[in-house]
Amino acid sequence: MTYLIAFAIIFLLAVIVIQIGKVTELASKIRGEEEVELHNNNTQGKWAVIFMVVFLVGCIYSAYYYKNTMLGYGPLTSASEHGFELDSIFNVTLIFTGIVFVLTHILLFWYTYKYRKQRGTKAIFYAHDTKLEMIWTAIPAIVMTFLVARGLVAWNNIFPTLTDQDKFVEIEATGYQFAWDIRYAGADGKLGNKDFRLIDLAKNSLGMDWTDEHSVDDIVLGGTDKIVLPVDTTVRVRITAKDVLHNFYLPHFRVKMDAVPGLPTSFIFKPVKTTKEFRQQLSEYPEWQVPADPNDPTGPKRWETFEYELACAELCGKGHYSMRRIVEIVTRDEYNVWLASQKSFYMTNIRNTADDPYKGKKLFSFEIKAREQELKTEFAKVLSDSAITNTILLKHVFFETGSDKLSDLSKHELDNVVKIMNERASMKVELGGHTDNVGDAAMNQELSQKRASSVLNYLISNGVASAKLSARGYGQNNPVESNDTPEGRDKNRRTELKIISK
Amino acid sequence: MANTTIYEEDVLIKEQGFNDHFHDHHHGDKYQTNFIFHYVFSMDHKIIARQFLITGMIWAIIGAAMSVVFRMQLGFPEESLAWIKPFLGKWIEIDPTTGMGKLVPEFYYALVTMHGTIIVFFVLTAGLSGTFSNLLIPLQLGARDMASPFLNMLSYWFFFLAGIIMFYSLFLSTGPFSGGWVAYPPLSALPQASSGSGTGMTLWIMSLTFFVVSVLLGGINYITTVLNLRTKGMTLWRMPLTIWAFFVTAILGLLSFPVLASGFFMLIFDRSLGTSFFLSEIFIEGQALDRVGGSPILFQHLFWFLGHPEVYIIILPAMGLVSEVMSVHARKPIFGYRAMVYSIMAIGFLSFIVWAHHMFMSGVNPFLSNFFVVFTLIIAVPSAVKVFNWITTLYGGNLRLNTPMLFAIGFVSMFISGGLTGIFLGNSAIDIQLHDTYFVVAHFHIVMGVAAMFGMFAGIYHWYPKMYGRFMNETLGKIHFWGTIISAYAIFWPMHYIGMAGVPRRYFSFESFDAFKHFADLNKFITIFAIISFALQLVFVINFFYSIWYGKKMKTKNPWGANSLEWTTPIEPIHGNWPGNLPVVHRWPYDYSKDEREFIPQHIPLKEGEIGDH
Repeated sequence: MTYLIAFAIIFLLAVIVIQIGKVTELASKIRGEEEVELHNNNTQGKWAVIFMVVFLVGCIYSAYYYKNTMLGYGPLTSASEHGFELDSIFNVTLIFTGIVFVLTHILLFWYTYKYRKQRGTKAIFYAHDTKLEMIWTAIPAIVMTFLVARGLVAWNNIFPTLTDQDKFVEIEATGYQFAWDIRYAGADGKLGNKDFRLIDLAKNSLGMDWTDEHSVDDIVLGGTDKIVLPVDTTVRVRITAKDVLHNFYLPHFRVKMDAVPGLPTSFIFKPVKTTKEFRQQLSEYPEWQVPADPNDPTGPKRWETFEYELACAELCGKGHYSMRRIVEIVTRDEYNVWLASQKSFYMTNIRNTADDPYKGKKLFSFEIKAREQELKTEFAKVLSDSAITNTILLKHVFFETGSDKLSDLSKHELDNVVKIMNERASMKVELGGHTDNVGDAAMNQELSQKRASSVLNYLISNGVASAKLSARGYGQNNPVESNDTPEGRDKNRRTELKIISK
Repeated sequence: MANTTIYEEDVLIKEQGFNDHFHDHHHGDKYQTNFIFHYVFSMDHKIIARQFLITGMIWAIIGAAMSVVFRMQLGFPEESLAWIKPFLGKWIEIDPTTGMGKLVPEFYYALVTMHGTIIVFFVLTAGLSGTFSNLLIPLQLGARDMASPFLNMLSYWFFFLAGIIMFYSLFLSTGPFSGGWVAYPPLSALPQASSGSGTGMTLWIMSLTFFVVSVLLGGINYITTVLNLRTKGMTLWRMPLTIWAFFVTAILGLLSFPVLASGFFMLIFDRSLGTSFFLSEIFIEGQALDRVGGSPILFQHLFWFLGHPEVYIIILPAMGLVSEVMSVHARKPIFGYRAMVYSIMAIGFLSFIVWAHHMFMSGVNPFLSNFFVVFTLIIAVPSAVKVFNWITTLYGGNLRLNTPMLFAIGFVSMFISGGLTGIFLGNSAIDIQLHDTYFVVAHFHIVMGVAAMFGMFAGIYHWYPKMYGRFMNETLGKIHFWGTIISAYAIFWPMHYIGMAGVPRRYFSFESFDAFKHFADLNKFITIFAIISFALQLVFVINFFYSIWYGKKMKTKNPWGANSLEWTTPIEPIHGNWPGNLPVVHRWPYDYSKDEREFIPQHIPLKEGEIGDH
């Protein structure tokens, strides 16, 4: 029924339209075709002028009305260094094109009115004018040259080549359907290699290559964490994509670059206003002083909730419109504090797991340093008067399977022990070897004794007086964990250092 | 005076015309023995022109209706679209608790993609150039028909086939292709990436491959006809600007569409045969694909090597039509005829070396952009020359402000407004900020969407009597014009502001971004005018079809008092166009208001001492 009515309405409208049309033909029959044409030219000529005036005034007024919402005007000035230059070129272009726009429109519609056919008017025969044509070819050519020159100088400055000598913060943005992964270069300032074949959504969603040591300190932000960047610092964003094209778009910073699978791109920019400063700038405008949530009039104002945003600007599928991340610009000090609080992805999620290629094979210098510190504290603890235990676990001492041969990594731990032992002339210690319960108990007893001796020999050969040391094998008799799980057995195979006298 | 002129014309053609013995052989009529071969599989260029026009109009309505649907989602996201469910079925999702009907994002993107594809290729390429090149090239050159009427017929039917396939893809359960009209891989290459990239994309690419065939068959015909079938005396410098425009357009099409086709073939190989032309290092749906070494950017190069000339393939015919219509109704020669021709050629040449300005932000080496910025902004010079020439054509004229003339003037306004914003976008530095925002949408819709449509409307209203022997209704035409120019500006002007605020295009919803969500009022405003504008086009459609049968009859051969040859053919069109001899041309087509005569058609011999060229 609804459709019937709809069709009836459309049909009726069509009839009305046709009837309106018939009026013309009637009029021309009554008044004569020429009369109608002249009348029509007058009406249309007037319409043309009215349209021109309303249109031009409307354009200029509406531009003025909306200027505060546009980038580069009102409060939304650039938040990056290069953005000011872009905004300035935009405005210069706007001035030139604006003049041309207004003048040509005035001429176009004014001529339409002025030269309309009236009774007795005639056209002139004016086919060309070389001089005039030369002038209006030359003027746009000169203006274009100027705009090209300004544009290209700015463009080439925006894409500099950074060398290792330049100081900059490097981050990486990886787009995928439909979100961004953000990675920071970490302490070494270098992003590690990635390989899409290594991607494992549960453990390594970026496909970071752990055999590249630059990866070890890389920080990967959680899914909704803000991207924190320092103000007044050059930032290089390495932009990559996992599946289809995306575009790394920071409107407030005038940053935009496609993310292309298989072809990393980059954009270099320097934020010049912290989020707080930008909010302050917004707070001066009445439209930003309204409540952020219209349903909560007492809530925070719009300017207080302002955030810099990251968006996707290249169609990437059905969720294209939802790839939002917040960017927060902070002072350098705040940034350093924030950065220090971030944990390396590798160290928190990968180190010493089955995926760690360095497990038992390599200790990183920062790990050795940290362990040295830790060992010192542990010694201090067991040597203090209030000590509750007198045993230290030498957790970085390892042996080859079934043998008493020390692994290469053990010497970092033992060298530290040598240093501490030599600082305290009176200290005597016992080195205790422990095994799990796999295999024959007597064999384990013997192995643990051999391993303890092996540690003892290493210490002696590195300068600890033999009188200060003794070695004892405990076999499988003193487990610290259950021997039923591999993890437990792992913990039970250990070397301990017991203080005999301080 | 009109009556004597017509009499004079007929005698002239009969006595001094060129006899090509066309009617001695009757070979023309053997194709027109029955209804099927007369109206359906016709080889007559005038019928084929009308076939292109009406097919183009049907596609225009479909394409425009799609834009109304997605504009509703953008303008009124809080309103329920449940009432469209009977038409769109599962693509409207009803919230079970609130009863709110929303467009499904996948289908929103499918609509946006189809809208672009349909309007750019089917409406503004086939519908515009296909219609008027076919109609006017033989008629204005004094030719009996196209060089190869058979290829010309095939050209239409390949277009028809392309249309059928595309139309079929709209009804797939996985939806039509939804990766944007530019079809960038990997999104377009991987069915895992988007539901529309499956069968929808297969049909899309098939359809457009057939479309390329259509364009090539048509183009080679237009070029051959222009070069070989001009009547006696019709030197190149005596061709109307319409023909110059169609000629250069056809050359552009012939040189650029095969590149697109090669890109399509590589994409087909990537989709079906496991090659990696455009794919590299992709991890999708939990799987690392075994595809390395390709470059998605290569496709963009191939696409835009067509894509940029394509926008001139769209706009040049409109420019040609406008130049002709404006000159006729201003009763004045087009100002700077030679400058106009050289501008068309310059624009045509430059259009081949600017393609990467669509790719400043795509990851190509920034150094490369330097060249493309320079060439792109150079295009502004010939474009500006054309605008100044049109305005000067009006200066000192005796303007008949009828519908075709109004659309021609409207075209110039649109071309200025949209062309000027191109100067922003062509400058790579500004493009960083504006690329893929609504500013771009505003720019290209005004400069090649609305402007080209205006050129097409000017052409339709002007040559309608030539096509159907009747006039379209003037009052409805004027309602159509003023309504359309107002609503077109109302739709696209505010988009500049939204774009200058940084709002990206192709967003289903702006709600999740603080920076983008505060333009609900403008979006509503745009949507309302989109609906009004759509309704106004229906006025045009009604006017068009009503006038075919009931319009005011054309009583004289040359109702506009125009100089070009099409107005010397009989009112009742015949195969072979001229009943006897072909007219012989003595002068350029723009002798208006010269020597105290309002117009002097091209086949009128020169007086003593008169110059025939300009």
